[in-house]
Amino acid sequence: MREGPEEKTLLQDVPWPDEPPVMLPGETYGTVTDTIADAVLKRPIGLGWLSGFLIAGFFVMVLLVAVTYLFIRGVGIWGIEIPVAWGFAIINFVWWIGIGHAGTLISAILLLLKQTWRNSINRFAEAMTLFAVACAGMFPILHLGRPWLAYWLFPYPSSMGVWPQFRSPLVWDVFAVSTYATISAVFWYVGLVPDFATMREKAQHPITKKLYGIFAMGWRGSARHWKRYESLYLLLAGLATPLVLSVHTVVSFDFAVAIVPGWHTTIFPPYFVAGAIYSGFAMVLVLAIPIRKFYHLESLITMRHLQNSAKIMLATGLIVAYGYFFETFIGMYSGSTYERAMLQNRWFGPYAVMYWSLILCNILLPQLLWIPKLRSNTVFLFLISLDILIGMWLERFVIVITSLARDFLPSAWGHYTPTRWDWAIFLGTLGFFSACMFLFIRIMPAISIFEMRQLLPESEVKAE
Amino acid sequence: MDKESLVRIESVCPGKMELAEVREKLSRAKSGPQYWRSLEELAQSDGFFEMLHREFPRQASVWPESASRRDFLKLMSASMALAGLSACVKMPLEPIVPYVRQPNEVVLGNPLFFASAMPFGAYATPVLVESHEGRPTKIEGNPEHPAGLGGSDVFAQASILDMYDPDRSQIITYLGEMRAWSDYGVALKGALNSQNAVQGAGLRILSGPTSSPTMASLMDQVQAAFPQSKWVQWEPVNRDSVRAGSQMAFGQYVETRYNLEKADIILSLDGDFLSSGYPGFLYYARQFAARRNPDLKQKMARLYSVQSTPTNTSGKADHRLPVRASEVEQVARAIAAGLGVAGGGNAKPEHQRFVAAVVKDLQAHKGAAVVIPGDNQSPAVHALAHAMNAALGANGNTVVYTESVQVKPQDQTAALKELVGEMSAGKVDLLLIMGTNPVYDAPVDFGFADAMDKVPLRVQHGLYQDETYDHVHWHINGTHYLEQWGDTRAFDGTASIVQPLIAPLYDGKSEYEFIFALVGSSETAGYDIVRKYWQDQIKGDFDTAWRKALNDGYIADTAFPAKNISAKGGNLPATNSVGPEEMEVIFRRDPLIYDGSRANNSWLQETPKPIMNFCWDNGVLISPNQATKSGLKTGDIIEIDVNGRKVKGPIWPQPGHPDNSVTVFLGYGRTKAGRVGTDVGFSGYKLRSSDAPWYAETRITKVGEGFHFAHPQGFQYIDFSDLPRGESDSLYARHVIRKATLQDFIKNPDFAHEGVESPPPEMTLYPNYQYTELKWGMTIDMNSCVGCKTCIVACQAENNIPVVGKEQTERGRQMQWLRVDVYYEGGTENPGMYYQPVPCQQCENAPCEVVCPVGATVHSTEGLNDMVYNRCVGTRYCSNNCPYKVRRFNFLLWQDWTTPQYKMMRNPEVSVRSRGVMEKCTYCIQRIAHGRITAEKENRKLRDGEVITACQQACPAGAIVFGDLNDPNSRVSKIKAQQRNYNLLEDLNTRPRTSYMAIVQNPNPELEPPEPS
Repeated sequence: MREGPEEKTLLQDVPWPDEPPVMLPGETYGTVTDTIADAVLKRPIGLGWLSGFLIAGFFVMVLLVAVTYLFIRGVGIWGIEIPVAWGFAIINFVWWIGIGHAGTLISAILLLLKQTWRNSINRFAEAMTLFAVACAGMFPILHLGRPWLAYWLFPYPSSMGVWPQFRSPLVWDVFAVSTYATISAVFWYVGLVPDFATMREKAQHPITKKLYGIFAMGWRGSARHWKRYESLYLLLAGLATPLVLSVHTVVSFDFAVAIVPGWHTTIFPPYFVAGAIYSGFAMVLVLAIPIRKFYHLESLITMRHLQNSAKIMLATGLIVAYGYFFETFIGMYSGSTYERAMLQNRWFGPYAVMYWSLILCNILLPQLLWIPKLRSNTVFLFLISLDILIGMWLERFVIVITSLARDFLPSAWGHYTPTRWDWAIFLGTLGFFSACMFLFIRIMPAISIFEMRQLLPESEVKAE
Repeated sequence: MDKESLVRIESVCPGKMELAEVREKLSRAKSGPQYWRSLEELAQSDGFFEMLHREFPRQASVWPESASRRDFLKLMSASMALAGLSACVKMPLEPIVPYVRQPNEVVLGNPLFFASAMPFGAYATPVLVESHEGRPTKIEGNPEHPAGLGGSDVFAQASILDMYDPDRSQIITYLGEMRAWSDYGVALKGALNSQNAVQGAGLRILSGPTSSPTMASLMDQVQAAFPQSKWVQWEPVNRDSVRAGSQMAFGQYVETRYNLEKADIILSLDGDFLSSGYPGFLYYARQFAARRNPDLKQKMARLYSVQSTPTNTSGKADHRLPVRASEVEQVARAIAAGLGVAGGGNAKPEHQRFVAAVVKDLQAHKGAAVVIPGDNQSPAVHALAHAMNAALGANGNTVVYTESVQVKPQDQTAALKELVGEMSAGKVDLLLIMGTNPVYDAPVDFGFADAMDKVPLRVQHGLYQDETYDHVHWHINGTHYLEQWGDTRAFDGTASIVQPLIAPLYDGKSEYEFIFALVGSSETAGYDIVRKYWQDQIKGDFDTAWRKALNDGYIADTAFPAKNISAKGGNLPATNSVGPEEMEVIFRRDPLIYDGSRANNSWLQETPKPIMNFCWDNGVLISPNQATKSGLKTGDIIEIDVNGRKVKGPIWPQPGHPDNSVTVFLGYGRTKAGRVGTDVGFSGYKLRSSDAPWYAETRITKVGEGFHFAHPQGFQYIDFSDLPRGESDSLYARHVIRKATLQDFIKNPDFAHEGVESPPPEMTLYPNYQYTELKWGMTIDMNSCVGCKTCIVACQAENNIPVVGKEQTERGRQMQWLRVDVYYEGGTENPGMYYQPVPCQQCENAPCEVVCPVGATVHSTEGLNDMVYNRCVGTRYCSNNCPYKVRRFNFLLWQDWTTPQYKMMRNPEVSVRSRGVMEKCTYCIQRIAHGRITAEKENRKLRDGEVITACQQACPAGAIVFGDLNDPNSRVSKIKAQQRNYNLLEDLNTRPRTSYMAIVQNPNPELEPPEPS
């Protein structure tokens, strides 16, 4: 008898009073598999999906045009200047990477913490991470003055005998983001293998069967397969867990290691990580709520999941608020001219509107999540998640732009105004992300079939 | 072939053409169109084809009989040229003599330096020109010239771009069609023939003012040949007031020169002697800087300034009195009265304290005081200044009067008016215009263009097809001073020969050749003209003297001797001033565009103007107080109405500007300047009439808003006194400017380091670099810096820095590696102004080096922060981490890869950067490398002063000092050891190698409120 980790099936799930269940009752192996797989195999391509995909596709075209023009003319088509030499590109980079963290947290950390309720959301959350990292990964290349030389940031034995300059946080970024992308892709794919096998079995069309079969890599579901699989899965989760903390920490070093007032603070690593999870869960909700509605997955993604996500958002939002507060307090308390001026600049300077909107979106409005009734309202949750996504974007804007626009020497102060190309690339990545998600829903099981089956009472391992 | 053989062949086979004959026929055609026409004619003649078959059988064999003349030319031209059949005759030998600072032999890659002089208006700016492989690439000052003392000004630095300007006119035209010089010669001859009959009564020459002795002699010859002809000089920013003032005071035209090294007290009556373009600026800047050394203690000079528009000079003053331009005379009269000069008057009550203190101070320093009036003030002010100087015993001490440096000085406005009258009356038959653009800048009430159109034959000689070009028949493209032989005098009379660095790019004719065509052969070269003149002047061994003159850049002992004259006192009629309730408009020449002649120079357009610090525009300066009173704010557009003439322009609130007055800069609003200067700004000349050339009554009305200036300085008005006294830090001040009064400095020499946190040298994560060989460092003395911006233009020329244009400058993308910030103190009405040039500080603990992901910015063993262009991928993290923000990024491709002239102009020792790379000041590493290589070859150490950065060389005040810090005897080490020396943003522990000398002012204790200690 194998003695594996105790999976919590529904039998062991003891909810609080009024707390919704992890899975609605009445599900069996068959219904669970069918619900999820049929969304891919049997459901026709509806007008909703098509129009959504085409709109997303339009923005992908916008992205392609903008990127082409960028490569032809140069980074000057954006609004960046000296002193504000980083603009939307870095803001978007940090924003997208941050969003990705929720997926890894759900997939890896919640797995290791045995929070089995995460089983219904981890698949598309991990997909979200992958696509978010893909979007984010574009920007470090696009924002270079000479992007065709981006490979110089990688440590390869160059014929010039030069290596990257390892003291630079941008080189650490290279390692962090590439590790993150690799682990996320591998983890996601490994998680999909048993489900591809399921799809292979359920598919009718021979080509579909063959394709799923290739991607299933010969999975037969034997005990040996499962034993090795479980070990691998836990291992990957173990590898991915530190990334949740480290990747955004390294990204925060892009700022914290610099001397710019407003950047140079030690609170950035935990503050950024909290903010990443904050925005990540917001994106999870933004995806989960429509998916469960339009694909009728309410029995699998229940109010429990939505409420738990909302609670995590509230918690991380409070950590972010703590970060803002202490940045302000220490800035004033330090007596440093530059820090005080930086704060004054944020409150009353040319970008004050952005700062105060940020406080509203990120701190004030999400406090509504304390109210249980609102936590159960899907419309409200959707809107507040959008608000948090906007708020987190504004936070990066405030950090990057206001700190750079006014720093040490007033004679060097400047102003940043985004151009249409800045917006084009940003909206383009949103479109790219959406297009990828749309495709994902159509061709892969959006929920982890085998993990949902593990939640059912039938899967309880009985003592002999 | 020799002549005899030719004769023989001709007799043997008459009618046959020979190669030599063809060559000789073609060689007669000297210029482009003529050559081609000769070729065409030759192609028609029968003998030609026959000769062709004989001489070039291979080419001729493929020649189809039916082919046309045009095809023939196409086929044959190249081979004929190569075969030596072209019109290139051996050029006459015109040896130019290099300045011996480099080894004599021409080594490719080693530049040669030649001394020359730039004629600017009537005065010479002495220059050394760096030449690479026969192309001039950089202008520098001439350290040995007694009037230049080594510095240069913005116009000299930018003149290299003027020469290579692709918009220069390249051809001779007649009514817009291309012609040859010989065609013009024929036309001229015809016109002159008819003038001979009337002794030249219909001949008029209109030129800019000049001090050239050769030109003077040529004009004398013209006068001798055509006694009834007239030579009118016209320059829009002229010195008519100066001349009229000297007439009033002395009864004759004199040149006034100042010896500032002897002056303890200087009173400037709107006199802007510390600005580029003022005659003697280079000399005065250096002397003034020397006298402002606080180590002189009580002998430190004091400058009072009574000024209208704030200028560099008023910025350096210890005490300023902002008054309207029309009211300066009243203040001058009051001071004169205090000094006991006849013709004095009373000051306004609010100025009386100032006047009393100035008078007392001047009298206390008799013999060591000087009054300097402004060129734009009325003649009465000049006469008063002469009288005051006489009363102060300045004659012969701080003031020297000499003969006029300018040749044939005249009242230019009156002479031009007379010319216009004569043209309108039809008395002028032949008008030659040279070096001036009257259609653009003549007083608007003259109607010059209309009068000019009545002249039957009009000829223009100039560098551009400008506004005047549209009204002339003949246009002769001129040569730039770097392409021609000539001569000129500096402000003290010292003569210099102007020698060319390159053959005329476009086969132009110099002004000398142009004028000489009136009295002699039109084929005589400028070299011969100039040389012949000096052969008559120089006694003794002419060749040696000539070579020495070219070598040194000046002819020794040609400075004019002092005249012993004294000013006539006497009552002076009051000049009409603008009523106290009326708004006044002041006309001033633009500090960088001058009178409009530099409008097409993109370096000058893009350099932020002194004080105002905006570029690519001319604004209407107005005091912030007045702007509020008139309901205006930055960006508003007003209409200025002077006597019914109206012009629109954007306002620029400028602290320090007097109330009830606006300043308009001349030189903008050009319609035919070239690709850079056309339609930039508005033209102040449209308002300027001959009766009120410098200030006039006006009405202003707001007509629009939303104008954006390109203003690179981030925060325009940085006032670091905006906190109550006693606060050690202001949110904006950050100890960037450190200053004290002389009394405070004497009591407390270490004032520059008080209250500033300076991290100890051990505070570093990494071990300190050991600099064993050379350790470069730089100091910038803010006491000497006058804010003239010459360093910026010099850096741009030396380092191939691109120009980005107005829109990109507005976006914060200007590329100059050096910026000069201006800081104010004490409100907006009469603030103190301080200039701070900020180049890359070459930090030892450079924040930029740590964050570059590819290691494109590294620390050298000599302490430089090196920028490796070809490794830079353009993440721009280094710029973000630079606290001084001195790094510039090529966001787009701004370098002009295609225009051929720029390829010649660029300094070959500096890479030209493309898009996507970061650049910054390199301490002129190309010069360091050059010096190091030279020293190594000669097996010795580098000497102090051997490596001079471009900005250091250019600075007329000598404010920038650069050298080896490992050499305790170097100038820079000694300066850094002084207590006034401090670093910018010291508390960040960047350890910059560039440091600053704190400002010490010398206020009059009677005028100052007591300083809290």
